[in-house]
Amino acid sequence: MDDLDLKLIKLTQDGIDLVPDPFGEIALELAIPEAEVIDRIEALVESGVIRRFGASIGHRALGIVANAMCVWNVPDDRVEEVGAVMAGFGEVSHCYERVRYPEWDYNLYAMIHARTKEECGHTAHDISRATGISDYMLLFSEKEFKKTGVRI
Amino acid sequence: MTMTQELELGDTDRQLINLIQLDFPLDLHPFRTIGDQIGISEQEVIDHLKRLTDIGIIRRIGPILNTKGIGGSSTLIAVRVPEDAIDSVASWINGFDEVSHNYLRPGAYNIWFTVSASSKERLHEMISEIKAFGYPFLELPVTRLFKIGVKFEV
Repeated sequence: MDDLDLKLIKLTQDGIDLVPDPFGEIALELAIPEAEVIDRIEALVESGVIRRFGASIGHRALGIVANAMCVWNVPDDRVEEVGAVMAGFGEVSHCYERVRYPEWDYNLYAMIHARTKEECGHTAHDISRATGISDYMLLFSEKEFKKTGVRI
Repeated sequence: MTMTQELELGDTDRQLINLIQLDFPLDLHPFRTIGDQIGISEQEVIDHLKRLTDIGIIRRIGPILNTKGIGGSSTLIAVRVPEDAIDSVASWINGFDEVSHNYLRPGAYNIWFTVSASSKERLHEMISEIKAFGYPFLELPVTRLFKIGVKFEV
């Protein structure tokens, strides 16, 4: 990634303009041909700097207003298998294993999104039945203090 | 969601939302390309996307960055904060540009935030600052990744 790539990311990370020729203005700003703007974005996707180029959805506006971080205490030797099952649920948007501590036993995290808290609870219950893991907590977000994408 | 909001989404809106999360065309006239794919004009695509942006369904169209891909380091931190200090601690945390998400959640550890720092060093620096703040906290870096949300089907 060079300086031009960095500038390109900074110019686009808040969203491209909704105009017929959205990359034209960026090309002008960077003083490179428009085709190069596109080539550079493609290269950044290829190299993994950009995870994807596309629309970010405000799921709250879509009515998916209940979001729960569901934390699970999964035996270490079952994490691989259980994580794969959780990831298979459509309501689970993110699923990670994280470090655990003596005062915090939970090691698997599944972000569950639904229209209601009740639906989140049903999904967690279904996951519990599918995996046999019964030590879990649903931590709903009671307040959103901040939400932005990853920025540079 | 209320029913009225739900009814605001037509078939074209749904098609657009499902299409442009993953397959946004990288070409000179992306909205024309999208229009060709679903059988509407370039201007209609733009009009629909403008409306979806206005009502908050589309936040932006752009690059979704990969913290590791840009050489950065990320983690999740849970802080245990007394009730009456929640708002002030949360806004202090929000003051870091590197904080991408910050939520109040129930339980002893009540403020949960994600950090996406430009480097490991910067992350360590932030963690020391958080430590200096004096509230008990858990630092919870990812050890294995099973799923990272890419698309909302509507």
